[in-house]
Amino acid sequence: MFSSFVTASLGGLLVGLGAILLLLFNGRIAGISGILSGALWSSRESDAKGIAWQWYFLAGLLLSGLFMGGPLELLFGVTPIEMSHLEVSTPLLLISGVLVGLGCSLGSGCTSGHGICGIGRLSPRSIVATLVFISVGVLAAIVFH
Amino acid sequence: MKQFMALLCGTLFGTGLMLSGLADPAKVISFLNLSLLLTGEWDPSLMFVMSAALAVYLPIYLLVVKPRVLAKQGPVCDKQYHLPTKRTIDAPLLIGSVLFGLGWGMVGICPGPGIVNLASFEPSIFLFVFAMVLGGYMGRQINLSIPIAVNNT
Repeated sequence: MFSSFVTASLGGLLVGLGAILLLLFNGRIAGISGILSGALWSSRESDAKGIAWQWYFLAGLLLSGLFMGGPLELLFGVTPIEMSHLEVSTPLLLISGVLVGLGCSLGSGCTSGHGICGIGRLSPRSIVATLVFISVGVLAAIVFH
Repeated sequence: MKQFMALLCGTLFGTGLMLSGLADPAKVISFLNLSLLLTGEWDPSLMFVMSAALAVYLPIYLLVVKPRVLAKQGPVCDKQYHLPTKRTIDAPLLIGSVLFGLGWGMVGICPGPGIVNLASFEPSIFLFVFAMVLGGYMGRQINLSIPIAVNNT
């Protein structure tokens, strides 16, 4: 239990660092849902060089995913996540995915955009959004598990 | 430089998600499912993720970024900061947050972990991310058709 608090805190520091560096250097909010929708269908603000920064950020996320079972496992005992062990049916997985995408799009943010960058800027909108989605998330987790 | 920073930040962010356990749906569920308090199996460690991330983000924002924004100075690699300007707590924010919370609590995956876990190359995560993109597209169409829901970013 102790080690899971240590890795949780270390992981949180890295998440915060990645998010604040993006704001310091690029002036951007590290909200994953926003970055994903920006990469997929941003029309107004494409980069000067024609390659959007959003794709580079997403590539970084994937790159970090490839560390699974590599350096992370050796250093911290973080094992690759086996999605096939998810105890959810395919319809539930699809419904949950649609709700997550739809909710982030309507609510203009997710755990990263509101929960870290928004609260980190003391935005009232983000504080309210985070309280709402964590409360509903708790209820849903109790009902479905 | 801008693209390199985006790549670096994405890598740091994703590594943090995995190290912290936030990318593991089972761990997220065992945090959100407060009924586990009754059996003593509740996993509070994810609270440390958000606290630690905010411990980095909040002071640097207040001490470095906010004064620069007020002084109309830009970030290192851009002319200006791109910050949300919307202030009102409106229906789309609340409805969206309820729907997102519902989906997140059902399976335990939010957008960041969804993308990071694509690297596991398991079909179920591709299905989830496909559904998430579909949902995002639906929300975008709703936002475009209802003027009140348009994000004024």
